[in-house]
Amino acid sequence: MRVTINVNGTDESHDVEARTLLVHFLRDACALTGTNVGCDTTSCGACTVLIDGQSVKSCTVLAAQADGASVTTIEGMASPDGQLHPVQRAFQECHGLQCGFCTPGMVMAITSLLRENPEPSETDIRHGLEGNLCRCTGYHNIVEAALAASREMGGAS
Amino acid sequence: MIPDVFAYERPETREGALALLAEHGDEAKVLAGGHSLLPLMKLRLARPSLVVDVARLYELSYVREEDGFVCVGATTRHHDLATSDVARASAPLLAHVAGQVGDPQVRHRGTLGGSLVHGDPASDLPAAVLALGGTLVVEGPSGRRTIDAREFFVSFFEVAIAPDEMLVEIRVPSNPGEQWAFEKLTKRAQDWAIVGAAVTRRASGVGVALINVAPVPLRAAAVEEALAAGAGADEAAQLAAEGTDPSSDFNASPEYRRHLARVLVRRALQKAGF
Repeated sequence: MRVTINVNGTDESHDVEARTLLVHFLRDACALTGTNVGCDTTSCGACTVLIDGQSVKSCTVLAAQADGASVTTIEGMASPDGQLHPVQRAFQECHGLQCGFCTPGMVMAITSLLRENPEPSETDIRHGLEGNLCRCTGYHNIVEAALAASREMGGAS
Repeated sequence: MIPDVFAYERPETREGALALLAEHGDEAKVLAGGHSLLPLMKLRLARPSLVVDVARLYELSYVREEDGFVCVGATTRHHDLATSDVARASAPLLAHVAGQVGDPQVRHRGTLGGSLVHGDPASDLPAAVLALGGTLVVEGPSGRRTIDAREFFVSFFEVAIAPDEMLVEIRVPSNPGEQWAFEKLTKRAQDWAIVGAAVTRRASGVGVALINVAPVPLRAAAVEEALAAGAGADEAAQLAAEGTDPSSDFNASPEYRRHLARVLVRRALQKAGF
């Protein structure tokens, strides 16, 4: 079937099987490999992307379900001139990653969280990241990064 | 993990969806958020030949108050139910529990109707609807019928809905002054409850429902009767394991689940003002 999704501002139209998962549409059809497949069971959040601004786990969404929608992946976060998104910059400045595997999903989950709650408390952030697992950092600096991003984005939100 | 091959249809009307279900019967599965169905399909525990995507039947996505009931369209996503002003004001237990399912990503996709039809005794929302004395409205070839939540959950992952029917609405009595509590024990925040308890207290009576202590979500009838007879929280909660049939898995033994039922019901009753 033909599936057309606006990915990071560009219409991506591809013939795929109905059973194609969104994450495979992004990685294989669109060649956007920044979105990782981690657990493949809706647990770890590594595959988190935004559909129409809301965080979802793309291993548990059919590409067909996102037909006609707008999807944002980690590749769509920085400006075209290469300037990092405030959430990405906060991860860098707060040392919010070690191996980096969970990071694209973390950045997307926090972006969605800040859209819904621009000034989250530390507790709000910890609950907001219940769907994202990190095996390196112990989460401390990820939470710090989310707080820093919230502060930086405060004017704009 | 990739699901087995299936055909995908996205009908534009409710009637179109029902026609597909009537034609394909058992071979078809309704897809709303997909957060119960797709994991089963990826594990090949479910292999429908046809998937009928109803998520864009926006007429089935709403939360509104009508005739003393909070009415929730079947494809209303957990996030939208949890943040609905109507639900928060008039069915606060339901709104709260919707906000406790899984994690934010799951709540952005999963739907109330999907959670109920899936019939997983470890899910949160079936117990909430059960405690609230909810009613389910299903539609089939011969029109609509209503099913009491107590009659809806038949067995493990089995509900009282025919293959050619579709859940369209969930109703719970409106109660702005409701006292309520929800307790669940999980090992990780996003996990299914090892055991959980939902309590609602209103003028018409008390509803106590249990998660994951039987093949179906369960009303704790003995607890409710004890409370009606004047028992306090401690005394009533001691009866919480009556009528349960807990499973054994890597999280808990049946004995531990019965213990949890008593403890969580006591905590919930206390929080609900008993």
